[in-house]
Amino acid sequence: MALLPSSAFADHATRPGQHTWVHAIVRWCFIAVSLAFLAAVLLAPLATVFVMALSKGILTYLHSFADPDTAAAIRLTLLTASVVVPINTVFGLAAAWAIAKFEFRGKSILITLIDLPLAVSPVIAGMVFVLLFGLQGWFGAWLQQHHYSIVFALPGIMLATMFVTFPYVARELIPLMEQLGNDEEEAAITLGAGGWMTFFRVTLPKVRWGLVYGMVLCNARAMGEFGAVSVVSGHIRGLTNTMPLHIEILYNEYNFVGAFAVSSLLTLLAALTLVVKTLVERTGYRRRR
Amino acid sequence: MSFRQPSNLPGFGLTFGFTTVFLSTIVLLPLAALVVTATSLHWSDFWHTVLSARALGSYRLSFGASLLAASINLVFGFIIAWTLVRYEFPGRKLIDALIDMPFALPTAVSGIALTTVFAQNGWIGRYLEPLGIKVAYTWLGVTLALTLISMPFAVRAVQPALLEVQRDLEDAAETLGAGRLYAFRRIILPAIAPALLTGFTLAFARAVGEYGSVIFISGNLPMKTEITPLLIVIHLEQFDYGGAAALGLVMLVISFVMLLTINLLQAWGRRDQVRAAR
Repeated sequence: MALLPSSAFADHATRPGQHTWVHAIVRWCFIAVSLAFLAAVLLAPLATVFVMALSKGILTYLHSFADPDTAAAIRLTLLTASVVVPINTVFGLAAAWAIAKFEFRGKSILITLIDLPLAVSPVIAGMVFVLLFGLQGWFGAWLQQHHYSIVFALPGIMLATMFVTFPYVARELIPLMEQLGNDEEEAAITLGAGGWMTFFRVTLPKVRWGLVYGMVLCNARAMGEFGAVSVVSGHIRGLTNTMPLHIEILYNEYNFVGAFAVSSLLTLLAALTLVVKTLVERTGYRRRR
Repeated sequence: MSFRQPSNLPGFGLTFGFTTVFLSTIVLLPLAALVVTATSLHWSDFWHTVLSARALGSYRLSFGASLLAASINLVFGFIIAWTLVRYEFPGRKLIDALIDMPFALPTAVSGIALTTVFAQNGWIGRYLEPLGIKVAYTWLGVTLALTLISMPFAVRAVQPALLEVQRDLEDAAETLGAGRLYAFRRIILPAIAPALLTGFTLAFARAVGEYGSVIFISGNLPMKTEITPLLIVIHLEQFDYGGAAALGLVMLVISFVMLLTINLLQAWGRRDQVRAAR
């Protein structure tokens, strides 16, 4: 008995039936069903993206990125994300500071309202901006008089993307800041540090992994958003087509190599997002929701 | 009680002000525009749009397929969560990380990839075709796309609840002579029921509004494979803003009810945990 580590022994002692036939069969059935389900609905489509993208050889694959419209779509997606993600990060930090550090009335209503874009269909997210700024929308006539365009142009794409990615950073930071508490910030303030100094030197380092995770999720959604952007973009080739919209156009033109080549970039981005998520979780930061 | 409790931390005015102003500008005012546009329609026009045969057909597909997808995920989400929590097998960590893939993967990519796999000559579609099962361009394809994109919600809702099930209770039940299924029904199921329901509701809420992945696989035939978000887009493309807003309002009200349900379910789950902790 002394030869066995006590924990291993305890495991055997408290798990009667651990090694019965029934248990083994149930166990393998569960694993087989899980893997079969995931293989059919998740792994097969993922593999298809790369198989189709490379179906005419690596040269054709690489060549499809030389297409000026494809290059323009990639540029537009990068530009949109580079504007939307920083803005929503600042919002997320502000919202988390107000909600996690203070007690006030109506807090839970505010949290629900911040989460609202997640519950709204992406099509509705795009439509609200058409209703406001579209040709027959509330401000449509005024905008046309002054030669501004929001819908079917870059500002509309950015507004719609901002709407759908709105809660991502805030959602990660609020529970994390609540969990970490105010003690260190209060100590810093008591010792004479200013508000900004406390934020940059105490709070920001504490929540950095949650912040990174939130920004990465926000970025993935910003670059991949289809429905909301589709409604406001107007689908002008080379001008208002983001990568997901360009995928649709190429696919509908039966240019499958091109469509899946652009898809492969977005799939790699999604994979990178999951890698960052895994790394962040390994640092000990855990989602609480 | 005053509006906020005293604190020696600075910055409440700045951050609270910025949060509410930004939230109002980007989210609340635009949504208010939708409500105002929809309600400023004449009531007969409103009901004509919202209850037209084509709209009713789209609700049937959108809500029917979402309900089916959420039910499929209720079953498979539980099986996957159980497998990941209870069993050790090679590649478990990789599979665990991949569960979030539909979150991170753009919906347009999921859409064209699923369509290719389940088309008549696709990897899986070619084996279903001789059996008379057509997936791509039917309601089955819509359900499949909705199942894929809402799958992580179901798995991730159940996983933490399964981790918290007290295994000593299970062991005690077995020691006292309870069968495996009896122990499952009386101990595990009650403990994870709120999480299962939350996962189901989250999956359903996400599936109802989904657009990107569905339009590629559905074929988009009016009355048959046309989802409600697509019908909204069609109204918008015809510059029928009022009709689009009316359909949007119907969806918004339903989403809001779902959100409320989720919050109530989570409150129910927390209450159960508190009671268990006592």
